[in-house]
Amino acid sequence: MMDVAIEFRDVVKLFVSLDGRKQTVLDHVSFTIPVGKTTVIAGGSGQGKSVTLKLVLGLMRADEGKIFVNGKDITDIGGRELEDLRTGFGVLFQGSALFDSMTVFENVALPLRERTKKTEEEIKKQVIETLTQLELAGHEDKYPAQLSGGMQKRVGLARALQLNPEMMLFDEPTTGLDPVMTQEIYHLFARTQALVGYTSVIVSHDIPKVLNLADHVIILNDGKADVFESPEEIQWSGKEHIREFVKTTMGQIYQSHLMEK
Amino acid sequence: MQQNPINKLGNTGLYVLEDLGRMGLYLHKALRGACRRPFRFTELIRQIHFIGASSSAVIFFTALSTGMVLGLQGYYSLQKFGAEGMLGSAVSLTLILELGPVLTALMVAGRAGSAMCAELGIMRISEQIDALDCMAIDPFRYLISPKFLATLISVPLLTAIFDVVGIAGGYIVGVNLKGVNPGSFIEGMQTSVTNHDIRLGLIKSFVFALLVVWICTGRGFFVRVIRGAGFGAESVSRVTTQAVVLSSISVLIFDYLLTAVLL
Repeated sequence: MMDVAIEFRDVVKLFVSLDGRKQTVLDHVSFTIPVGKTTVIAGGSGQGKSVTLKLVLGLMRADEGKIFVNGKDITDIGGRELEDLRTGFGVLFQGSALFDSMTVFENVALPLRERTKKTEEEIKKQVIETLTQLELAGHEDKYPAQLSGGMQKRVGLARALQLNPEMMLFDEPTTGLDPVMTQEIYHLFARTQALVGYTSVIVSHDIPKVLNLADHVIILNDGKADVFESPEEIQWSGKEHIREFVKTTMGQIYQSHLMEK
Repeated sequence: MQQNPINKLGNTGLYVLEDLGRMGLYLHKALRGACRRPFRFTELIRQIHFIGASSSAVIFFTALSTGMVLGLQGYYSLQKFGAEGMLGSAVSLTLILELGPVLTALMVAGRAGSAMCAELGIMRISEQIDALDCMAIDPFRYLISPKFLATLISVPLLTAIFDVVGIAGGYIVGVNLKGVNPGSFIEGMQTSVTNHDIRLGLIKSFVFALLVVWICTGRGFFVRVIRGAGFGAESVSRVTTQAVVLSSISVLIFDYLLTAVLL
């Protein structure tokens, strides 16, 4: 049996608007995310993809159900326990979330300065090494605003990798990037995962491109989750909403497979 | 969905309670963050420079003009009773007990409070605060507590500068322009200002500092959940305005309450 990194068990997440209306974003959702693999969480806008990540990170609380990380129930934890849990995660945010008043070097060095007892010399060595690996050498003294979108993502990735995370969570990592840059970022993800061996969870609407990276796919739609063991499985699904999803997001490429069948 | 007035009232009441609870917990975490290690001394010094040292010019000019106006007004009122000699006492007591703490707090709210609110608001909407959380770096210890400490240190000191400069302004106008006897100005000040008055002025400035930094940073921190703030850049600008207005009103309300209780 596969080792499970993250498990959602019957999770419900509601949002209540100011006028009292309730919207169920996740409606008794259950799925597992395997260790060491790349899982893509896909779905249209407003289907709860980012909410799923925020639940895993403890930035939001589930209204019902349980969430397990490495077998530990994290649904109601807080304080130090939550901090310990987060130490194992690396997160790349949609907008990179770099500290705009700090240089590239200071951004990448921040987790090391705040969370480890390493000396300034060791920190410098490690940061320069990571920046070189991610082809950012020579940009240490620049501010995020002086970098292109793709470079900002790479700095975000460099920062997230500093504490050797067991799990990397990517929230819409290619939003705002051109197709060439998107491809480059995906190659980078594949390379770093092969190097570091972390469990990777990518939330994206960039279908079908992101599926090239996926070992495992979860599609969120109308508050429900459909789990697929491989990207190829999606196209054989008999469910009407998945077929519709395939048709609108993957277009002719996958329809031709269906026709051959 | 159209709401009836009772529903609206209920919703507003719930929102206010929720907001007060949220702000109460925020204050607790910000004060607790100041005790958590590692301490950020460099950041504290940087914040004291920004909130305190950089505000000294505006405090100097506000204090000087306030003191000079007080000198003129005081002289005008006192000469009607032939009590010009009491000018030193009137100017110094008004400044130490009332105008020094209040005007310093209002100036700091307008200058540094708005900047702190906007900074935290932008950090919140660009997910920088979430990023800190995700790196297991406590945003209170890292970002907010140094601002709290710096404001609590700077505002009483700025108030002291305000008092001294204001009294000097009153002296210049009263003695040099209006011909009040310098001896009676100083003597009046020395006999009427007691330690209790100075203590009350300091307590006020300390409480006002807490109100300003609490409300201004808190509004920025919670920019996403504040009712009517909207989204994006607009939400930050609205919340910043709200923070300055709310902190200024709170300073004025607490000024009355503290005076009533402690005087």
